[in-house]
Amino acid sequence: MFVVARAELHAPKQEIALLANALNLLVPMSTDDGEFHGPSILEFFPGALLFEGTYFEINRIQLVRFVAVAALILVFWLGTRRMSVVPGRFQSLVEMGLDLVRVNIADDLLGKKDGRRFLPILTTIFFMVLFMNLTGVIPFLNIAGTSVIGVPLVLAIVAYITFIYAGIKKSPKNFFKNALFPSGVPWPVYIIVTPIEFISTFVIRPVTLTLRLMMNMIVGHLLLVLFFAATQFFFFTAGGGWAVLGVGSLAFGFVFTLFEILVAVLQAYVFALLTAVYIQLAVAEEH
Amino acid sequence: MLHAVLRAAEEGHEATPNPVLPELYDIVWSAVCFVIILAFFWKYVLPRVQKLLDERGEAIEGNIAKADEAQRKAEAALEEYTAQLADARAEAGRIREAAREDGKRIVAEAKEQALSEAARVTASAQAQIEAERQSALVSLRSEVGTLAIDLASGVIGESLADDAKAAAVVDRFLADLEASEATAGGKK
Repeated sequence: MFVVARAELHAPKQEIALLANALNLLVPMSTDDGEFHGPSILEFFPGALLFEGTYFEINRIQLVRFVAVAALILVFWLGTRRMSVVPGRFQSLVEMGLDLVRVNIADDLLGKKDGRRFLPILTTIFFMVLFMNLTGVIPFLNIAGTSVIGVPLVLAIVAYITFIYAGIKKSPKNFFKNALFPSGVPWPVYIIVTPIEFISTFVIRPVTLTLRLMMNMIVGHLLLVLFFAATQFFFFTAGGGWAVLGVGSLAFGFVFTLFEILVAVLQAYVFALLTAVYIQLAVAEEH
Repeated sequence: MLHAVLRAAEEGHEATPNPVLPELYDIVWSAVCFVIILAFFWKYVLPRVQKLLDERGEAIEGNIAKADEAQRKAEAALEEYTAQLADARAEAGRIREAAREDGKRIVAEAKEQALSEAARVTASAQAQIEAERQSALVSLRSEVGTLAIDLASGVIGESLADDAKAAAVVDRFLADLEASEATAGGKK
């Protein structure tokens, strides 16, 4: 899982390309064939249900997010309500999840002391992303709460503020020197290196955090809709010999549902891990 | 190509929103969700988990301390037992030694007693023998005397009525007899 995760860190461009491909594939079908209802980008912008036109408009996506938040709170409330030194099955499971963040992300990258400081942020990021990703494969919810830009953007801003805060709190001089003027470079090179470093640290990082997560979830949703809509079309609209193809598209839909679960966990892990990496780079004495 | 697609989509629907441009309500609700989850983890879940981890660590440390204590006790007990065993061995040795001494003493005493008893028995036997010999000697002397005088009277035809003469004769005769015996004994 970790090897895949590290490879993920360098692949935002592929994801954007993947999204473009998916959109190119999908949109024409919905217009060419009147009977086939293909996936559309509009699914991420459903009509308002409450408070339309205000800053507190609630649509289907918000409801899915609320369900995810409620499920998260329920799971962790039940898991930590009566904790015992010798854990039961459910408590073990909850502890395993919390340990993944505490041991594999926070303590590994930041050490015991800083790991403890930033653990609430990292845990929140990991589980919020995880639960909102998983709504994408839950029947009747069927859309990831993270597939609309709000959540990825808010979390990316949180990560951004957190690592800048961590760096400035530790030592403003060191932080900006490490970020903008890497050591071991002759001074004329700074003319090129410093703007590059500035853009990569203070612009690219939050943008990639946001887009990687959102694009993964959008593409995942569109793929699932494509497979299951095609299955519906082959079985019930086309019928006859086309049903054979329906079996194939259904199998693909099933496989991609499993794949989406993997992606959901992976993206949550990557988001939390990258946040920890950025904090670690910010508080490092020297690169 | 994407643009063409989006344009095509726009014809069918009123307007296709750009997924990268956030709506304000989207941000608001996302932030609300984040704050709720952050507060929940920060104030409720993580302190409880931390407390549990501390308790678990203490429990493990406590158990290790308990095990150490038990081991120390066991070692002390073993030491004590070994010491007691050594004491008991020494005691047994002492008792055995004393018993041996006692035995020797008893045997020696018994031997001594037996010896003295034997000596006493011997002495009393000798005394008795001596007394019997004396009495035998005396009775023999008187009988032999009478016999000899009777014999002599017969031989010489005269009665040795005169006691004084008779006694002298007997004494001389006995003295001769003893002397001859003594010579015989010496020659032997």
